[in-house]
Amino acid sequence: MSRTPVVQVSGLTRDFVVRPRGHRLRGRRVRAVHDLSFTVRPGEAVGYIGANGAGKSTTIKMLAGILVPTAGEVRTCGLRPVQDRRALARRIGVVFGQRSQLWWDLPVAESFRILAAIHHLDAAGERARTGELVDRLEMGAYLDTPVRQLSLGQRMRAEVAAALLHSPRLVILDEPTIGLDVLSKQRLREFLIEERREHGTSLMLTTHDMGDVERLCPRVLVIDDGTLAYDGTLSGLSRTVGARRVLVVDLERPTEPLTGIPSTEHLSTQAQGLQQRLAFDPERTTAAAVLAAVSQRSEVRDLAIEEPDIEDVVRRIYAARR
Amino acid sequence: MTPTDAVSMPPAAARAYRRLLAAGFRQQSAYLAAAVGGLVANVTFGFLKAAILLATLAAAGGTLGGYDTGRMLAYVWVSQAMLGLINVSGRDVLGERIRTGDIAVDFLRPLDLQLAGLSTHLGTRLFTLLPRGLPTLTIGLLTTGMALPSGPAPYLLGAVSVLLATTLAYLAVYALNMSALWLVEIRGLQVTYMVVASFCCGLYIPVGIFPGWLETLARLTPFPSMLMTPVDVLSGYAVGTDALRLVLAQVAWVVVVGLLGHLLTRAGRRHLEVQGG
Ligand SMILES: Nc1ncnc2c1ncn2[C@@H]1O[C@H](COP(=O)(O)OP(=O)(O)OP(=O)(O)O)[C@@H](O)[C@H]1O
Ligand SMILES: [Mg+2]
Repeated sequence: MSRTPVVQVSGLTRDFVVRPRGHRLRGRRVRAVHDLSFTVRPGEAVGYIGANGAGKSTTIKMLAGILVPTAGEVRTCGLRPVQDRRALARRIGVVFGQRSQLWWDLPVAESFRILAAIHHLDAAGERARTGELVDRLEMGAYLDTPVRQLSLGQRMRAEVAAALLHSPRLVILDEPTIGLDVLSKQRLREFLIEERREHGTSLMLTTHDMGDVERLCPRVLVIDDGTLAYDGTLSGLSRTVGARRVLVVDLERPTEPLTGIPSTEHLSTQAQGLQQRLAFDPERTTAAAVLAAVSQRSEVRDLAIEEPDIEDVVRRIYAARR
Repeated sequence: MTPTDAVSMPPAAARAYRRLLAAGFRQQSAYLAAAVGGLVANVTFGFLKAAILLATLAAAGGTLGGYDTGRMLAYVWVSQAMLGLINVSGRDVLGERIRTGDIAVDFLRPLDLQLAGLSTHLGTRLFTLLPRGLPTLTIGLLTTGMALPSGPAPYLLGAVSVLLATTLAYLAVYALNMSALWLVEIRGLQVTYMVVASFCCGLYIPVGIFPGWLETLARLTPFPSMLMTPVDVLSGYAVGTDALRLVLAQVAWVVVVGLLGHLLTRAGRRHLEVQGG
């Protein structure tokens, strides 16, 4: 595999001029992305996270060559995205969670056939790759169904397959799990893990779901108001902001709020004290220790541990920077 | 890609555009009911148009601008049959895709946007020919005494002319809709286009019976090449070198309007602000 970075960005900046309705000349300049620099090496999987409006989609559009930067340099798969659009389209696969690239009135299988022709797959290559994707994403049952009749989960699987049909070197996913249920998210993540293991595909993913990042992305980029706020591992990210986990306990009998447990904070009490939520810092205590402390005060019937909320992590990063 | 690239395209690339054509055809077949509705409308307005134009002809003393009754009926029914083929509404999915940002998906494919759009469009038009165009023509043939040319030449040249007209009509609407990249809101432009194009292409009355100055003006635009030319060739109103010259004018317009759309696409891509996200 080639050693050139799959993504190389330096000083990347993009402004939009937002004009109030009816005013063609007066406009306010909005800086959506500001002086962004980072590199993604072949085979890496990077989670690109940030609050709504932080500039994630804007960055991705520039990487894919559908938006021209105001300033700075972009190379995707070694190519200039805007000038080399068509060559780049053969090397990357992009999914925008909100948009469809399938043919609405045609059966799913027909979309795959058209895309295979667009990407110049030969008959054998097309059969093999389509078969592989249909199996792994479990699409066999609805291959002959028109796209407009698919459920969201079914369609998203087909969208991902469509973006990966030509075995791109880099896959860019902008909120691929938006609106999916837990099982569908799980299935999609497992597919992406397998795909990366077998083909060494690089991955860049934006999401508001921490589960996506945890399962898929060893490396995380956090963008805040158009600038890079963090670049490193996911565990490092939780550590820098002191991300806390939350233990939810269901108790046998109504219990007084469970305050005063070492290194934990009592968050809330529901159902007359039958359910309580406790936040703890995994660097300073463990779920087991917290549970033991709770058990001394009341009998625990059931428990759940909530993962750190991505919005919460991002909020803390932002707060630390201001 | 330039229009000449399309001619010298490698087979693998040509296969992609052929697939799009077939996809357009199949996609359109999902809207059979709409096509049947279109047929009813085309035929109804065909009889209306025939009645008005024949009355006008009678008032003018039997012929007008080279049209007698048989010719006029041929004009009416061939033009009605072609209505489903040519887009003079000014609207196209392209403008809508630019407005919503779905155009991003199109630009993410290793295809020439204009040629891909044309392939799909020709596929859809080819389909509407079956439930809408051909039945309209058949009804016209069976119920009225329209004059038709003899010998194969007008039909062969006519078929080429119909294809060119359909292509030209699409390319013009493509270029118009591309302007949405700059204007975002193009409904006013589309309505203006529809009014001018549908009149100047000869949809309501033949261009040949326009007042002299208006005919001159109309013939300076690409619009007669979108409808009047194939109708005149197919009905035998224009024959021999006259017909050939008209078809060559169509080719020239296809090149000019196609080039315009190509340049707009190139410039527009740098201007593109994919909406939404
Ligand atoms: N076409 C556009 N015209 C004007 N402003 C835009 C345009 N696209 C994006 N913006 C602005 O740029 C900023 C970044 O938007 P972007 O879509 O990149 O955010 P995002 O990080 O993807 O957010 P989300 O998580 O909500 O998808 C926002 O302030 C947005 O309003
Ligand atoms: Mg976004």
